[in-house]
Amino acid sequence: MITRTDLSLATYCLRLGDDALVMSHRFGEWVTYAPQIEEDVALANIGLDLLGQARALLTRSGELAAGDGPAATEDDLAYWRDERAFTNVHLVEQPRGDFADVTVRLLWFAAYQHALYAALTDHPDPTLGGVAAKAVKEVAYHLDHATQWVLRLGDGTAESHRRAQDAVAAVAPYVDELFTDDELVTDLADAGLAVLPSSLRAGVQSVVTAVLLQATLTPVTPTWHARGGRAGVHSESMGPMLAVMQHLARSHPGASW
Amino acid sequence: MTTATLDDVRRVVADVPDPELPFVTLGDLGVVRDVQWHGDTVLVTLTPTYSGCPATEVIARHVVEAVTGLGLAAEVRTVLAPAWTTDWITERGLKALRDNGIAPPHQGSVSVTLGRHVPSCPRCGSSGTEEVSRFGASACTALWRCRSCGEPFDHVRPL
Ligand SMILES: [Zn+2]
Repeated sequence: MITRTDLSLATYCLRLGDDALVMSHRFGEWVTYAPQIEEDVALANIGLDLLGQARALLTRSGELAAGDGPAATEDDLAYWRDERAFTNVHLVEQPRGDFADVTVRLLWFAAYQHALYAALTDHPDPTLGGVAAKAVKEVAYHLDHATQWVLRLGDGTAESHRRAQDAVAAVAPYVDELFTDDELVTDLADAGLAVLPSSLRAGVQSVVTAVLLQATLTPVTPTWHARGGRAGVHSESMGPMLAVMQHLARSHPGASW
Repeated sequence: MTTATLDDVRRVVADVPDPELPFVTLGDLGVVRDVQWHGDTVLVTLTPTYSGCPATEVIARHVVEAVTGLGLAAEVRTVLAPAWTTDWITERGLKALRDNGIAPPHQGSVSVTLGRHVPSCPRCGSSGTEEVSRFGASACTALWRCRSCGEPFDHVRPL
């Protein structure tokens, strides 16, 4: 017997897991492209932390959606869903861009994840609470890493400042979606089973704004907002990214190493 | 027919070396949460160090092999809560890290805001060290350098 609450919670875990999974894949793409080898290692390690979160969250999502039946595994969910079934926000699926782009994107995402996981550590679902309690400490390192780089780029040379400011403008339209509520998450939050995304907005914005100002950068108000990721409507770059991410599993089903 | 007891199992599981830092054991790291009978099978409960630590699956395999070596069937279960912290590394583990050129994490660090702790050089003991990269060769280490002896070294990041 699967309750409506279980199904909603499965979707909630899927959303958080898809955000982490897709962001993790984009970070993996940075290996050998970062400006120095230490950053190759750093971005790969951050991606690895996110992949760890994604694995636990997707596994839990599969269990919750299955009830007593056979559960979809983390691999089923990562490799065998099509684009429209992915529930991540647009922010995490954006193409690699330059180093300023990934750094500013990480600043927003890590600040968001840090606030989110801090609020989920006491979640009654043991897996979700466990992932949150563990991840909040890892994400603190991601946030610190992004902060250090935004300060260096923004308050660095004229060229690094210009590119960091461009990155601030480029990411701006993708921020609002992180803090957008819908019926599913509102119902769960009413039952004490989710954090209302809108409740995180003010805190995250003040963290990011403080870093930007210290970095001599100017916060940008976007003229449009990305929408639809939670409902499976994605931007143009999502399909090609999934084609790469899912290629091996689909071309060689059951492959292992 | 084996005569191994749960205490024997606890001992061999605690002695399994970490695949990335083989001079510390699972017991030293504090990642073994529980060892229990589950019917005829020994159920070993582990907690991962980092969520994405690639060593986790290798560790589970080595634990099963160690218990199988006692003539028992084993199964490994992973639990996330309570979350592992570097404070669970034993004194022996901290010393083993230091003896092998890795600066151990400082203790009492279970904070989500990061302090600016400076580890001393595991080779010469100097406190004149600097961080080269927050993220190092494995999921749990950062790369540091000693300004006194000039040597780079790994530092297990407090978590
Ligand atoms: Zn030294």
